[in-house]
Amino acid sequence: MGKKQKNDQPVEFKSIKDMPDTPTSVGSMLVNKTSTWRSIRPVIIDEKCKRCMICWKYCPEPAIHPTDPPSVDYNYCKGCGICYEECPFDAIIIEQEGK
Amino acid sequence: MKKVLTGNFAAAYGATAAKVNVISAYPITPQTTIVEILSEIVADGELNAEFVKVESEHSALACCIGAQATGARTFTATSSQGLALMHELIHWAARARLPIIMVNVNRAMAPGWSIWADATDSISQRDTGWIQMYCENNQEVFDTVLMSYKISESESVMLPALINLDAFFLSHTSQVVDLYNEARIDQFLSKYDPKIKLDVDDPHAFGALTSPEHYYEFSYKMHEAQINAIRVIKEVGQEFGKIFGRTYDLTESYRCDDAELILVSYGTIAGTAKEAVDQMRNSGIVVGVLKIRYFRPFPTEDVIKALHPAKKVGVIDRAVSYGQSGPFFNEIRSTLYHESTPLYGFIAGLGGRDVSTHDIENMVDIMQNDPAQDLIWIGVKNVD
Ligand code: SF4
Ligand code: SF4
Repeated sequence: MGKKQKNDQPVEFKSIKDMPDTPTSVGSMLVNKTSTWRSIRPVIIDEKCKRCMICWKYCPEPAIHPTDPPSVDYNYCKGCGICYEECPFDAIIIEQEGK
Repeated sequence: MKKVLTGNFAAAYGATAAKVNVISAYPITPQTTIVEILSEIVADGELNAEFVKVESEHSALACCIGAQATGARTFTATSSQGLALMHELIHWAARARLPIIMVNVNRAMAPGWSIWADATDSISQRDTGWIQMYCENNQEVFDTVLMSYKISESESVMLPALINLDAFFLSHTSQVVDLYNEARIDQFLSKYDPKIKLDVDDPHAFGALTSPEHYYEFSYKMHEAQINAIRVIKEVGQEFGKIFGRTYDLTESYRCDDAELILVSYGTIAGTAKEAVDQMRNSGIVVGVLKIRYFRPFPTEDVIKALHPAKKVGVIDRAVSYGQSGPFFNEIRSTLYHESTPLYGFIAGLGGRDVSTHDIENMVDIMQNDPAQDLIWIGVKNVD
């Protein structure tokens, strides 16, 4: 396991001088929410879920947290549907966004 | 210590003197002997570096990018098709602000398959954000590799640098090169110690997704760093002169002060032009040479100052920007936009064709007798 980040606070720039020279920063992905283009959302059904964690393993973002039951972080889930495809117990359903 | 070295050996010895930590390169004529000698130097234990063999130039630069991100000092070298294959990562290295030093032996692009001198390969990398310079002789190759680490690693610059030398005219031609002494080199060039690096004990995200909110500012900062490099190149060139006795600047004026006609060029053609200028001055033609060492950052102010006294200016390019003109000619023309000096754009020596002092005299003859022209093909054969 990797070490824990010392500082996981999002970075805010007041002046261009505070900015690093390149997108090399601590906690930048806490500011960059990458879910804005999602058109469908996976929803985990607690009663059907067997906690096998296959969805957690397969999520490419990774936007599934290994909680009990696993939970989807909708700030980063891009709605690819891989978790839905891979869940062996049909415990994930897909809902349309914006409905 | 002085040695008789080819330009390629001078480049390899420069990287050795800079005590690089990681070298990754793929052999390509006429760069191959740089990689060959470096692999020997590392194998013999004369340089404590990792020599990483890779399957392509793309991987060579990728390797340097990864290594440099951890805080290692890196070196690579290539030529022509190899440089072109690196193109994606050439952008990456600059935008990641990694001060990698790369030597490119200027070689023509194929087809026709050619291994001879032509600057089109490096000029095609103009807008990547790399510092880009051209060498006239082998001492300058060695000195520039050393100076480039100091320039590129400067906190206000942090940009990679591409050092160019002409295929065969420098890469395989032997000249006397002073390698100085190690203690003085160590005094000149301290250890590379970047502010942010890839470190498991202090994790950072690298090259992360950058929205329109921030990308623009990173580009602004790249340009700022290029402009800062103008000052840093001058400071480092001065300091180098104090320690080693050879002072460098972004340009070099040769007999320009009183010159009525000035020829602008780069690389080995600048050397030939100096020789031709000496001969022409003996026969009463008051001519000078402005050698451009740095293409990026472009030394706009120095060029304006140096060319101001000239009644006419000619630019010699060993490259063509197809559909426009010689690439350096284009730079000079935009730099002199506010002056009324007549300009002559000469194309010469493409694909390694020899450019002799006689050719240079021919150019000066055209400048004396013909009206200004943007594109003059020197020595092109069989054109009706
Ligand atoms: S794959 Fe399905 S059953 Fe397994 S943990 Fe995820 S949601 Fe639950
Ligand atoms: S839809 Fe895709 S991104 Fe979202 S949780 Fe499932 S696997 Fe991860």
